[in-house]
Amino acid sequence: MGSRLGGIFWSLIFLAVPVLGVATFAIAPSYNIWLPKNVSEHGSSIDGLFYFILALTGVVFIATEGLLFWFIWKYDAAKAKGPATYIHGSHTLEVVWTIIPAATLLFLAIYQMNTWADVKMRRPAMAPTVEVVARQFEWRLRYPGRDGMLGTRDDLFLTNDLHLPVDEDVLIQLKSMDVLHSFFLPNFRIKQDAVPGMKIPVWFKAKETGQFDIVCAELCGWGHYKMKGRVTIESRADFDRWLEETYARQEATQPAPEDTVAAAAD
Amino acid sequence: MSTATASTLSHGTATSLPPARKPRPVAEFLSTYVFSKDHKVIGLQFLFSTLLWFLIGGLLALAVRWQIAWPWSDVPVLGKLFAQQGGQMAPEFYTMLFTMHATVMIFLVIIPILAGAFGNFLIPLMIGADDMAFPTLNMLSYWFMWPAFLLFGASFFVEGGAASGGWTSYPPLSTNVNSAPGSGWGQTLWLLGLTMVGVSSMLGSVNYMTTIILMRAPGMTMFRLPMTIWAMFITAVLQAFALPVLTAAGFMQLTDRMIGTGFFTPEGNVVNNSLASTGGGQPLLWQHLFWFYSHPAVYIMILPAMGMVSDILTTFARKPLFGYRPMVYSIAGIAGLGFIVWGHHMFMSGMNPALGITFMVSTMMIALPSAVKTFNWLGTVWGGRIQFTTSMLFALSFVSMFIIGGLSGIFMAATPVDIFIHDTYFIVAHFHYVLFAGTAMGVWAAIYFWFPKMFGRTMNEFWGKVHFFLTFIFLNGTFFTMHILGAVGFPRRLADAYHYETFHHLQPLNAFLTWCAIGMVASQIIFAANFFWSMFFGPIAGRNPWNSNTLEWSAPSPPGHGNFDFQPVVYRGPYEYSVPGVEKDHLMQTDPPNAVAAAAVAAAH
Ligand code: HEM
Ligand SMILES: [Cu+2]
Ligand SMILES: [Cu+2]
Repeated sequence: MGSRLGGIFWSLIFLAVPVLGVATFAIAPSYNIWLPKNVSEHGSSIDGLFYFILALTGVVFIATEGLLFWFIWKYDAAKAKGPATYIHGSHTLEVVWTIIPAATLLFLAIYQMNTWADVKMRRPAMAPTVEVVARQFEWRLRYPGRDGMLGTRDDLFLTNDLHLPVDEDVLIQLKSMDVLHSFFLPNFRIKQDAVPGMKIPVWFKAKETGQFDIVCAELCGWGHYKMKGRVTIESRADFDRWLEETYARQEATQPAPEDTVAAAAD
Repeated sequence: MSTATASTLSHGTATSLPPARKPRPVAEFLSTYVFSKDHKVIGLQFLFSTLLWFLIGGLLALAVRWQIAWPWSDVPVLGKLFAQQGGQMAPEFYTMLFTMHATVMIFLVIIPILAGAFGNFLIPLMIGADDMAFPTLNMLSYWFMWPAFLLFGASFFVEGGAASGGWTSYPPLSTNVNSAPGSGWGQTLWLLGLTMVGVSSMLGSVNYMTTIILMRAPGMTMFRLPMTIWAMFITAVLQAFALPVLTAAGFMQLTDRMIGTGFFTPEGNVVNNSLASTGGGQPLLWQHLFWFYSHPAVYIMILPAMGMVSDILTTFARKPLFGYRPMVYSIAGIAGLGFIVWGHHMFMSGMNPALGITFMVSTMMIALPSAVKTFNWLGTVWGGRIQFTTSMLFALSFVSMFIIGGLSGIFMAATPVDIFIHDTYFIVAHFHYVLFAGTAMGVWAAIYFWFPKMFGRTMNEFWGKVHFFLTFIFLNGTFFTMHILGAVGFPRRLADAYHYETFHHLQPLNAFLTWCAIGMVASQIIFAANFFWSMFFGPIAGRNPWNSNTLEWSAPSPPGHGNFDFQPVVYRGPYEYSVPGVEKDHLMQTDPPNAVAAAAVAAAH
């Protein structure tokens, strides 16, 4: 296999990397193996950044893998004439390929900051819409009830069935009772670990009504895989009606569980 | 072949033989092959042990993949072995599998195969020393792996099974014995095993630093060291500074579990309906301490491979390394920056989001030295005369695959994008590209390359290439597709995700991945057969079968005790290939100066 044939064969194997790599990303969306539908306001800027980095890294990927293929193809010892080029490096090239990536990477980092601040730092000034308390292996929800305050007698308790209004900022207060969990809403581009001992705010604005998954994304024990919830986004009117109905049902079946209120309050 | 001349010729510290004494075969066997202080034997001991664990880690991975592709179906072989619910795996068993897969691969394979096997075997040979600075310490560094092997091994058989809190062992899952079956004895043994690996690494690390600083042959200046040695040196420094933090954190977790110190347990923690007896701690503290070690550790797991690949690329491109000094500085840069990026594993952890921004900037910047290295490798191949040996193919694929792993790192460094892809298969794709497609491919390149020096025979090239081809195809089938799984948000560590609306359609793709993974593991049979067959029946290799330049190739294959049968003196850097005006196309570091060559070298610098 020391022949030219071997060189051609192996070069093509390395050419297959960028070709099949790009093809995989090109074909995947048509099989619906791609970013799930985004329904949050900030989600489109996250997706935008994803595509931006994809394009940028895609160009670098094709260029570097392409060069690698080309060099392997061209400088096959069985083909190229004469001895190898005797060279130990190039100052100019080193400077160029240090400065350009450095500037690009720095720009890339700065370019992310605004979106990050929107999602994780610029918290809307409002009372929590709902408190989400993670525990093995369910999402316990607590709405403030009519008085708008958590930790009072009229709190509304539910499990795994989160409802939120559309087109409004919502603020979730995220806690955990036991181990780490992570509150992952794929369609909203939201992820936040729930940490025992911490109260972490999570906020977003839904743009569409519908039902979506709540996934636990941080290993929390044997039942981690089944720690599933659903979030229903509905109009303000539907949401208010749902709150009333659920509240009435809770009142009918049992009075506000005093001990739970006490335990959950802080 | 007289030992006497060899030892008088080799320099100072060689032990002189005591006057003739009756041989004691058992004692001699033990001291030569078992409790040997010879760096080469210790290196091979590390190699064989880690390759065995590589097999175990691979089988664990297949079991993980089985569950993801066909959840709750009967597991072949393993199902019977562990006799679970008539052959199907329980979810807690699944969590144990991926925890132990990662643990084995990281702590019992990659770290010890790079530093322990190749570091040991190559450092004295490549710098022209007769052994390590501290041979007894060196022997101990291997034997401290055995308590680790036994502790991790035994943990599979204790009540509740082996650790199941992930290789990251985040508390309170890992500290509260009520939180998971594997959080009982399994976790305790895991922590003890980790400590033993740490002791072993630390002993190795001080030895490597001392040896490289003090025992270089005459003429071997720091800037004439081959990249392999630079990489091993900087890796040893990284180990020495980062490891104490992990060891301390491990002890804190151990005392949290055993005597309730509560470093990582917050007030009022209720797990599985029982209130923790202590509080006052912070789960995030563990994450900071753990990643303060484990981020530098990911470089510990790749820098030596980068060094070895650089040496292999130059040999088979017949060309000097492009940008030797930038290559050295970028390794140093990676190591330095490596200490200030750990927070990128914690963007979603609840850590102050403003801190996330600083970690994003430092993480973006660490991609820079990686990029510089890649460009210099491309520069090395450019204008070369490439010989397609198996070793070269693996080395080239290291470069090709590392590009993918480096680029996916940028997505995750971008904090807003990481919100979506954190803890999904995108991350799994990333670290398998750097660790398997990168490091493991680099290790194969190194095995095929240095095998003749280790055993005096070369491996079979034809079967080597078949091994390369199959591994390369299957690994990309397995790991490249993980990127698009990650793009859907497919979470890692779920025993069954198809009941989610978002992920229900991903089973066929996962089945494809699993088939590729099975193919990848199966291809290693070819490697194992080639390896053992060649050890005994391969063609005899001379001292320098690849016409390479570095010092180890001027020693006999395999080198005897004391390594060199002459005193090596170094006249030049390690990469003088294709020097114009010189008859042969390479000038070894030990070749005496030659007027024509000297003029050519001087003109080029
Ligand atoms: C170009 C340079 C690199 C960048 C920018 C980078 C960035 C990152 C980031 C941001 C994460 C965290 C992602 C998350 O959990 O959301 C990560 C994870 C990881 N990286 Fe890298 N990385 C780079 C190179 C490497 C290298 C060279 C290795 C190993 C040899 C490596 C091994 C890992 C591992 C093992 C994890 C996952 C740990 C876990 O969660 O289990 N990375 N990387
Ligand atoms: Cu979970
Ligand atoms: Cu890291």
